[in-house]
Amino acid sequence: MENDKVILLDFWASMLGLRLRVALAEKEIEYEYKEEDSASNIKSPLLLKMNPIHKKVPVLIHNGKPVCESFIALEYIDEVWKDKAPLLPTDPYERAQARFWADYIDKLYENFGRKIWSTKGEVQEGAKKGLIDSLKLLEQAALGDKLYFGGESFGFADIALIGIYSWFYALEIFGNFSIEAECPKLDAWDKRCKLRESVSKSLPDPHKIYELLLELKKTYGLE
Amino acid sequence: MISEDKNHHLKRKNKSSTQLIEMAEVKLLGVGGSSYSRRVEWALKIKGVKYEFTEEDLQSKSPLLLESNPVHKKIPVLIHNCKAICESMVILEYIDETFEGPSILPQDPYERAIARFWAKFLDGKCLEAVGKALWSKFGEEEEKSKQEAYEVLKIVDNELKDKKFIGGDNIGFVDVAANYIPFWLEIVEEATGVVLVTSEKFPHLCAWRDEYLNCSEVKENLPDRDTMLGFFKAKVLAATVAK
Repeated sequence: MENDKVILLDFWASMLGLRLRVALAEKEIEYEYKEEDSASNIKSPLLLKMNPIHKKVPVLIHNGKPVCESFIALEYIDEVWKDKAPLLPTDPYERAQARFWADYIDKLYENFGRKIWSTKGEVQEGAKKGLIDSLKLLEQAALGDKLYFGGESFGFADIALIGIYSWFYALEIFGNFSIEAECPKLDAWDKRCKLRESVSKSLPDPHKIYELLLELKKTYGLE
Repeated sequence: MISEDKNHHLKRKNKSSTQLIEMAEVKLLGVGGSSYSRRVEWALKIKGVKYEFTEEDLQSKSPLLLESNPVHKKIPVLIHNCKAICESMVILEYIDETFEGPSILPQDPYERAIARFWAKFLDGKCLEAVGKALWSKFGEEEEKSKQEAYEVLKIVDNELKDKKFIGGDNIGFVDVAANYIPFWLEIVEEATGVVLVTSEKFPHLCAWRDEYLNCSEVKENLPDRDTMLGFFKAKVLAATVAK
């Protein structure tokens, strides 16, 4: 599209921002990346202006207009740049399925992931079990024997999960468990996704995520 | 999941002959008192879609519900041509994409993004803060939760400054998502004695509430107020006893 200015306000470790980086790459959309340091307590003037209600990344800024919330931005990207790499299928029922599973996936970090790195003992164990049970359900009910969640094509639900998956290396260390062992089909799916350039070029270094979480544990006295 | 046999018919014998009744094309499994369930009903009404409503007993969920929503086992569930769609906001988008009739979401992609943003805010952060404040007598930090509720309600009030509905001239996606506020909130306020919304504090919100409850899609399709009040008073009693 001519004269299109796209800015992504994001944080390198953000699992939500990663979703948008992958989508923008899938669609081959040129954009300017602006880093927001979400690990510090300082919010940039641009962030406060573009997302005054939540003050969080990622924010997609298209020709000066902000779109906040990762799934909302994904739908926006899909509707505006509709001629390449559709993220959602055309059939309304299939779209509903994709949105349903994306919603399910979205709750995994808030309900379980966060507790795995930030707690210990029984709470941590409970969170681990919750995550593994949820991933097993996802594997069985949503993915099955398909290549991707949507079938043959990489799409919305895959992008939803790949963001969170980038944190799993760190969570596995903190929680002392292996997702590959528990969910082999999901692991195969993850490896398949990483063969896509849009994913491999967007993923943060998993070791750096681990180091970031170690830092946060120290900062907030969670050791 | 439900079978996709579109030719499934229910047979019923009456006095003189066997009658074939076609399974209703659109079925809604819901609970009349639930704001999530009513969202779906109002969306179907906006579109003028006929549907068969089944009231679920949440203490004894039907096999159909459990089969249609095995992941969450919750209402509402829309069953269209024997396929189940779950999660009220997902159902709203499905209804808008599937059926003819007035649009629930705007057409322009940016306006759609704004509508989805407000719907998520109202369904999420706003509802959470309001719910916490309404029940704060039984929880912690009554004053703090009330302040947080006032903040989110003020955001909504500001958004309604020059508008009849959040969606503009007609009730739409965001209004339907926000349905707790115009109806249920006030009943819970009465039951708990915690008043959050006054016309002094939130004049535009109150004006919107009055317009909202007068909409044809809504006013014929509300749960009985006294029944809802009884339900919430019972919850207050249970919470008081627990405390």
